[in-house]
Amino acid sequence: MTTVLVLTALAIFVTMALALVRALKGPSVYDRIVAVNVIGTKTVLIVALITAISGNDDLIDIALVYALINFIAIVAVLKLSRMRDLAAAGEGDITDG
Amino acid sequence: MAETMLAVVSGIFLLAGGVFGILGGIGLLRFPDFYSRLHAAGITDTLCAFLIIVGLVIQAGLALVSIKLMLILIFMVFTAPTASHALARAGLAAGDDPKTVESEPMGVAPLSSPGDPPSNS
Repeated sequence: MTTVLVLTALAIFVTMALALVRALKGPSVYDRIVAVNVIGTKTVLIVALITAISGNDDLIDIALVYALINFIAIVAVLKLSRMRDLAAAGEGDITDG
Repeated sequence: MAETMLAVVSGIFLLAGGVFGILGGIGLLRFPDFYSRLHAAGITDTLCAFLIIVGLVIQAGLALVSIKLMLILIFMVFTAPTASHALARAGLAAGDDPKTVESEPMGVAPLSSPGDPPSNS
């Protein structure tokens, strides 16, 4: 069973490498944010898999917290790159309309 | 017997999740414009997370870990589409036009109309 878990973890690492290439290459800033979003989601899965591989059940809390932080971080970075200011609101905001 | 069945089922779920993850990564790397890349990443993100977490839950059985894994899954099912939507909206608001059949006539290099951002590679 551990073999399957390790194989899945390797597949996820491959995905993260592909997303990292896109994050470095991406022509627009939004391509980079998509890639970072993918890497964040995959990190949560990696931590969950490491919990199962190592048998140390306390690690799952880290995956839970990372899932929460990842979403907030993506929205905050989007807002910052769109409005150049976290407090600004107005025309063209991501929450506009 | 039942344990072997559970191990096989959870292994299938886990490996399928890994394969979908790689497919999403390839799509993210190779698709031609921002919106198709977002499509590849957004869809496989949710499916990959779903399959892998369900596989881990099947393996863990009834335990506190399973409840926390299900919490992660529920949270991801809500936030991944929301983040994709916000990204697509921000891209559109920034004037990044989707690549369509009209914007790329057959046999001709992609035309860039005035005001367009530089075409994506």
